[in-house]
Amino acid sequence: MTKYRINKTRFVDQTKTVSFTFDGKKYHGFEGDTLASALLSNGIHLVGRSFKYHRPRGIMSCGSEEPNAICQINANTDLTEPNVRATEIELYEGLKASSQNCWPSLNFDIGGINNLISPFIPAGFYYKTFMWPKSFWKKIYEPLIRLSAGLGKSPTQPDPDIYDHKHEHCDVLVIGGGISGIISAKIAAKNNLKTILIEDKNILGGSTIYQNNKNFIIDNQKSNEWLMNEISELEKLDNLIIKSRTSLAAFHSYNYLLAKENISDHLPLDKKNGSIRQRLWKIRADKVIVAAGAIERPLIFNNNDRPGIILANSVKKYLDFYGVSSGLNNIIFTNNDSAYETAVSLFEKGISVKIIDIRKKSSSNIVKNAEDLGIEIYWNSTVVNTFGYKKIKSIEIMNLSEDGSNVTGNKHKIQCDCLSISGGWTPMVHMHTQSGGKLDFREIDQVFVPSEKSENHINVGSCNGDFELEEIVKNTNNKVKKFLNINESGFDKISVLCSKELEKKNIWLLPNTISDGKTKSFIDFQNDSTAKDIKLALREGFKSIEHVKRYTTTGMATDQGKLSNMHALGIIADTAGVKMGSLGTTTFRPPFTPLTFGAIVGRSVGKFFDIVRKTSIHEWHVQNNAKFENVGQWKRPWYYPINNENLHEAVQRESKAARDSAGILDASTLGKIDIQGSDASEFLNRVYTNAWSKLGIGKCRYGLMLNEDGMVYDDGVTTRLGENHYLMTTTTGGAANVLSKLEDYLQTEWPELDVYLTSVTDHYSTASICGPNSKKILKKLFPNKDFSDEAFPHMSYQDAIIDKIECRIMRISFTGELSYEINIESKYGKSLWENCIAAGEEYKITPYGTETMHLLRAEKGFIIVGQDTDGTMTPIDLQMDWIVSKKKYDFIGKRSLYRSDTMREDRKQLVGLLTDDPNEILEEGAQIVSELDKKPVEMIGHVTSSYFSPNLNKSIALAVVKGGKKMNGQKLFVPMENKNINVTVSDFIFLDKENKRINA
Amino acid sequence: MFVINCPYCGERDQSEFSCGGEAHIVRPKQPTELSDDEWAEYLFMRKNIKGVQFERWNHAHGCRKWFNMVRDTSNDKIHAVYKMDEKPPVI
Ligand SMILES: [Zn+2]
Repeated sequence: MTKYRINKTRFVDQTKTVSFTFDGKKYHGFEGDTLASALLSNGIHLVGRSFKYHRPRGIMSCGSEEPNAICQINANTDLTEPNVRATEIELYEGLKASSQNCWPSLNFDIGGINNLISPFIPAGFYYKTFMWPKSFWKKIYEPLIRLSAGLGKSPTQPDPDIYDHKHEHCDVLVIGGGISGIISAKIAAKNNLKTILIEDKNILGGSTIYQNNKNFIIDNQKSNEWLMNEISELEKLDNLIIKSRTSLAAFHSYNYLLAKENISDHLPLDKKNGSIRQRLWKIRADKVIVAAGAIERPLIFNNNDRPGIILANSVKKYLDFYGVSSGLNNIIFTNNDSAYETAVSLFEKGISVKIIDIRKKSSSNIVKNAEDLGIEIYWNSTVVNTFGYKKIKSIEIMNLSEDGSNVTGNKHKIQCDCLSISGGWTPMVHMHTQSGGKLDFREIDQVFVPSEKSENHINVGSCNGDFELEEIVKNTNNKVKKFLNINESGFDKISVLCSKELEKKNIWLLPNTISDGKTKSFIDFQNDSTAKDIKLALREGFKSIEHVKRYTTTGMATDQGKLSNMHALGIIADTAGVKMGSLGTTTFRPPFTPLTFGAIVGRSVGKFFDIVRKTSIHEWHVQNNAKFENVGQWKRPWYYPINNENLHEAVQRESKAARDSAGILDASTLGKIDIQGSDASEFLNRVYTNAWSKLGIGKCRYGLMLNEDGMVYDDGVTTRLGENHYLMTTTTGGAANVLSKLEDYLQTEWPELDVYLTSVTDHYSTASICGPNSKKILKKLFPNKDFSDEAFPHMSYQDAIIDKIECRIMRISFTGELSYEINIESKYGKSLWENCIAAGEEYKITPYGTETMHLLRAEKGFIIVGQDTDGTMTPIDLQMDWIVSKKKYDFIGKRSLYRSDTMREDRKQLVGLLTDDPNEILEEGAQIVSELDKKPVEMIGHVTSSYFSPNLNKSIALAVVKGGKKMNGQKLFVPMENKNINVTVSDFIFLDKENKRINA
Repeated sequence: MFVINCPYCGERDQSEFSCGGEAHIVRPKQPTELSDDEWAEYLFMRKNIKGVQFERWNHAHGCRKWFNMVRDTSNDKIHAVYKMDEKPPVI
């Protein structure tokens, strides 16, 4: 045993030694230790450097509120995790931890220079100083800040661990396994309610489980003994799930909660293998009982941040739970009774302890207990300074003035190696407020407590502001019974004896002989903000707590201000002379403690990250060397390189082949909606800009769909299959949205229409064959069919049979070539495709991908919705007036086409662009200007599509240009980084304006 | 995360639904006869109430039906759920 391991407890097994390293040096602890308790047992307090001033900092607490002891675990491996609190890491054999934020080393710290220049680093320093000159940012400020700031290092390799999600429903969820949580869970479970109890520690019992004091008696037993029995009874209950090592992350509305369970973080590396690391529970609970406890407050005085200054109840937990004394020469500095329990416990183990209390007296049992033991108490006193660089060595105290606003008398110096501080308790109201609950300010002990009553959740125990053992036990019992509609519980006749605090006093910022400006009274230890910073922010005009918080960064570190928020509020209230309750609090946002990304994504990683949709022809594309592009969730062949061709070379070859002989495209991904019903024609009339009533059965028509604001939304060809039956196609990416938009109109605006919509996108595969030889190929595939222009004209469809399988042939074209699309049930798609390839072999049929498709349609000036349009283009802007019916009384978006704004002549309009140098290819997205010298440069449009056309042997582009309709022949410029490209506005139909090729 | 009582399917998790904005805005029967201002009123103007609000919701990953919902936006309490052709309740 080390000299600090002075006590044997039932929670730490001192027969089982565990070795670990901290900053590369090997140490020993025991099974049951946390990293923090093991470090303290080795006499190590110094664990990190502060964020801004790089001051030495030590372990300060024993839980999730810890601001200083944050570590990097398994540094330089793919398992590394930054920003882990040493107070929460369970010790395991081989644990490798290192301190953060102290380059080049913990003991020799270059950033400590900031401490010396600290008078020059006030609140908002970064905002004020690093503003200018601008050129300094990239080379000087940013690297400087990044090197000396920053918390921990991210892993550079993919996370090898497995994470899990689990959905759970229960009648009652109890958050927190302290005494009030245990009482609540027992009452619920014993009344046949399916109950879940979650506790973030590995052992239930909260702070009562180590409350070993004769002043706290339940049913004639010491409170810890009584609770131990309750826990063993609890574990026998059937309808109770106890989840330890599980912390609540978020409490959403409708009692939807997220909790993170640590499954293997506490296991040695060789035992973790293959097991799930963490599980995120998604719990929907009928009723929630929050028993989250309270966090002890520090006191704010000059140099209150030295290693060896620890919260008083944490000192007690290290002593009575882990058997470790944080110091051998202790001073306790308090404003309340709870710290006296720490003093008594230290004294009873023979460890030197003195008490400094800002109150004039306290007449409670526990204080009397301390006095009777002969512990020296300095009443009405405050600490004004502390000494010792890497660990506290001594303190100076003074008397407080009558009203506590000042100090009087002489300074008195006392030696110590540990200073326990206690500024009272802050109820953990985070869960309550996350769920939407409001707070009240309780003046007597200056705490925010839950106010509004909710039907679906309650707060019990110290998170509800009940701090004394008797009120905790009795109020919890009464509240839970009422909440769950239970008449009797096993706790109705319980007897509780406890010490009661009668004298209360709180001073947010303790007075000093020197002015605020010259003290270092830390409020936020992790972000290094002081009382001085808060006062400066107020002087500079910040009033709202949310603004002060951001300006000073108070409460914005990884601990989210668990220790600092209340003091920041208190000092603002005192300085501004307003009531604290009127300030409100900052917003508590989830998660309560940091969550790993792994826990958030669960199993949705790698190939499970998103759905991948493949057409039934996909395997053929893979075998034929296709490069794929993602279109929404679809994988579409992009191009099919042969012999190391690059994208450009492949596309040039594919495009030429499609126009010279035959090309084939997998068009299965286009959205397909089956429309049936006696009002189907009327419905199409209302959703498309053109007229549909006169479309004959067996005919196809291109349609443009607008939003109600007149902007182009989607396009595609719709085929009339029967009197009351249509097949609509949509863009690949727009399919789902079009369907829901159409459903919306049908259900809400036109419920009188007899129309039924069914998505059939996945039902059919489509092979699209185009080119002058396409008809010959179709004839080979369907020898009995008449493909003459009279029998099977452009924009018509026919049923057909291939290999005894029914299919539909549409003679439609998106390339301007003679073209046929064959639709067949998906499962036959690949076989159809292979038939097409075989039949086309003698014509060198060439499979082409989306890039060639885009090029071919651009040659013809066909738009792609979403590429040449961006939600601000009307059909008139696109020069597609021909498709907008003048006769129809109404269709979606019609009225918007003659709003004053949509009729402006200087709107951006679709044009063609030709570069003066035919080999120069414009960049899509490039800006267009008409005057190069004008300042500021006026951008009149941008390039939307741009290609080198092998069929025209020149570069072509589509663009949208302000007033472009009237600019044909005009010279414009596309300024690039190194040059200006000269372009001429042209017709946007570059090839076959007379549409001869469609009937070639 | 709400639990929404779809009038066709029953209680389901909010993640199955999508919100379609303010309810009871009827598409004008004769848009061509409206002035620009009147049409703009229909097209663009929406309330964004802190308090009780009538909203359209769609059971997008369920029955695909649209329905109306009365929700207090300040505390997310759902006061009523009713079908498209039903009269709005008095709240
Ligand atoms: Zn439904």
